[in-house]
Amino acid sequence: MELPQTLSMSAVSSTLGIFERKKKRDVHLGDRIFFWVLRLLAIGVMLLLLGITLNLLRVSFPIFSKFGLSYFVTNTWNPVTEKFGAGAFIYGTVVSSLIALVISVPISIGVSVFLTELAPRRLAEAVGFLVEMLAAIPSVVYGLWGIFVLAPWLRTTLQPALASTFGFLPLFQGPPYGIGMLTAGIILAIMISPTISAICREVFKAISLQQREAALALGATRWETISLAVLKSSASGIFGAVILGLGRALGETMAVTMVIGNRADISASLFAPGQTMASVIANEYAEATSDMHLAALSAVGLALFLVSFLINSSARFLVWRATRKSKGARA
Amino acid sequence: MTNLNPILEARQINAWFGGTQAIRDISISAQPNTVTALIGPSGCGKSTFIRCLNRMHEEVPGASVKGQVLLSGSNIYDGGVDPVSVRRKIGMVFQKPNPFPALSVAENVAVGLRLAGISKRSVLNETVEKSLRQAALWEEVKDKLRSPGTSLSGGQQQRLCIARALAVSPPVLLMDEPTSALDPISTARIEELLNELKKQVTVVIVTHNMQQAARISDRTAFFLLGEMVEFDETATIFTNPKDRRTEHYITGRFG
Amino acid sequence: MNEDLSLRDFRRKLINWAMGAVLALAAALVLIPLLSVFAYVVKQGISSVNWNFFTQLPKPVGETGGGMANALLGTIELVLLAMLVGVPWGVATGVYLAEYGRGKFARALGFCVDLMTSVPSIVVGLFTYTILVMPFKRFSAMAGGASLAIIMIPIVARTTEELLKLVPNHIREAGLALGIPRWKVTLWIVLRGSMSGIITGVMLAVARVAGETAPLLFTAFNNSYWSFKLDQPIASLPIQIYNYAISPFEDWHRQAWAGALVLVCFVLVLNLSTRILMRQPRSTR
Repeated sequence: MELPQTLSMSAVSSTLGIFERKKKRDVHLGDRIFFWVLRLLAIGVMLLLLGITLNLLRVSFPIFSKFGLSYFVTNTWNPVTEKFGAGAFIYGTVVSSLIALVISVPISIGVSVFLTELAPRRLAEAVGFLVEMLAAIPSVVYGLWGIFVLAPWLRTTLQPALASTFGFLPLFQGPPYGIGMLTAGIILAIMISPTISAICREVFKAISLQQREAALALGATRWETISLAVLKSSASGIFGAVILGLGRALGETMAVTMVIGNRADISASLFAPGQTMASVIANEYAEATSDMHLAALSAVGLALFLVSFLINSSARFLVWRATRKSKGARA
Repeated sequence: MTNLNPILEARQINAWFGGTQAIRDISISAQPNTVTALIGPSGCGKSTFIRCLNRMHEEVPGASVKGQVLLSGSNIYDGGVDPVSVRRKIGMVFQKPNPFPALSVAENVAVGLRLAGISKRSVLNETVEKSLRQAALWEEVKDKLRSPGTSLSGGQQQRLCIARALAVSPPVLLMDEPTSALDPISTARIEELLNELKKQVTVVIVTHNMQQAARISDRTAFFLLGEMVEFDETATIFTNPKDRRTEHYITGRFG
Repeated sequence: MNEDLSLRDFRRKLINWAMGAVLALAAALVLIPLLSVFAYVVKQGISSVNWNFFTQLPKPVGETGGGMANALLGTIELVLLAMLVGVPWGVATGVYLAEYGRGKFARALGFCVDLMTSVPSIVVGLFTYTILVMPFKRFSAMAGGASLAIIMIPIVARTTEELLKLVPNHIREAGLALGIPRWKVTLWIVLRGSMSGIITGVMLAVARVAGETAPLLFTAFNNSYWSFKLDQPIASLPIQIYNYAISPFEDWHRQAWAGALVLVCFVLVLNLSTRILMRQPRSTR
């Protein structure tokens, strides 16, 4: 059993020394009740997470007993004949997230460097605020904008341009629908930029001024200072930010569902419609009637949950280490 | 000594942080191959002043400088002069050791040359060894040139920073309280090192430690409240100061 | 030799300048989608935001006019439901983390709270479906509210924890030294002192969940009419926007834009006001 030792606890022991040496626990009945009420609610939070895992396991059990783990690598999706394989959704999630990272990472790092190292404070504050606002816009609004603004622009402008310059690559072949994998990737890129750039800014700010001065005093230009003192020393923090952005991209649902075209196909072309793990759940769950179909979708949800669990815990670890190490080195 | 041309000469330096003036009308000059110490109580402006000598002061947001600093006769504050090129000729060592954590010991030393566009292995290796020897660090680190610069002890890190500054062979080296974050033994090593160093470079050093100034410097300037009270031969300052305030300070009556 | 040097310096300066421009360009680039979203939401939405929009029920396809009154009210109901559960639970968790935040249990709890913020919202929807929709065989406002509450808890908990950790220890000691029991010190001195901060935290959490769509898809579902019953499906603004956006009808698209405008305004107003609220104590200090 664990004893409630807190900051205020030690305060009590310093003021009322003798008592506290004997009893580490709260003597006062009210304090004990209060502690246990809080503790039960806290346990409840942990149970929620456990409940999510167990319930998803329970509901998706039929799919695993029928198809086993090969469910995640086969690519058939037929609710009528009850043949299920989630390969296409995993492919869709991976590809759309990769597109998002390819676009978003350089831009987000650029923005963060600009804001922490180059921009005058006023401008940095204003732009920083606007970037945060990007994160505040609801997913469904991005989806709406994606359908009616982004997709038409892709269809008429970007996709034909890509096809005519890089058309020899299978990635950019096929009819430009407007909606599809590329559109989903671009929307995701927009949506994860605030996450990545916010964390990059934290990481850059944790780098001491002395590092920058060391570079400047060696006769480094502003850019050389940035690359030498800032970017090189924050590589692992940046990596953490990217992974966290990836975590967001994997789970993002509405905007993707609205622009990806929702077809359970694996196609080499980025112009083709596809489907992600999150989007197939959003699309089919409410209408799924058979237990097997529900189980199949729940299994996708379970996989999504576990993957984001892994990704987020490793990313948090990286960012935590990056922001802590440099603070420690200063002391 | 006075008949020589000074290698570094500051004329009427004034510096501000935003609207607050930090230092007022300071002029000093340093002869080649000498050590000049700047002493004074905390907040007297000595660190601000030394940062004006290689144009580091202007990197602080809102900071500004007025005056002239002549390096071998030419003003580093002239309109067309690039601060970047100034800093390559006037090296600097900071209060806290600040090697680049992402770079190895050897890379830390070589980084200045690399920035200057020298990429030939043999030249780099040679300079790394030479600079580390100059900084009296070679024997200690020759086996761990590949480990990160931050893996060294505090005193070693500071000597690594000195080696890094020396690698580009600047004629002038500025040191801003280089031993204040170090233990007495490391401090003693760096003081010894300074005696060797001044054969090659001209050193300007800020210190809050009067004994240190007395031990290592040829000339000493005493700063108080943003002004320079007195600037003379070190022996004179410590034995026969002209100003009462200098006398009070060195006899420990304030500061 | 000298020529060479100056050429190199010139190149370095050029690179320095070019990289500066590239970085500034990145900043500009990231703002383009934001401005475009704002511009379109306002341009397309403003014409359909009128009195009817706020007071009328949706009209069937083919009939023009109608509004989203039930969806607006539904979102308010859902958010209130979520607050009813999520705020006390989140605050309690935050208090536990801040006041009893040592030891293995607390560390595990902190880890769980962090993980909860990263659970995809669609997965939260799946979970509430399995516990609140499946057994009753009915989509319900209750299930929708629960989904939003689960999303709220970790946000409120972290804000509360951070705020309480800012309260200096001598404040607690002062209370304890007066002979006040710890639970009263925590509730009436520590927590009350941080009230304005916690309220802003709650506002941010509300801004976040008000726009959530995915967890409502198969919990609250949708409803074309007014609904005040907890065990009945209920309409909400985000779901309505979604349904209208993917429909093939011009009229409905217009309504979707109008809904988006209202939603974006709501979210932005909440975000801006929390920002102003948070800035005030700092500037007076």
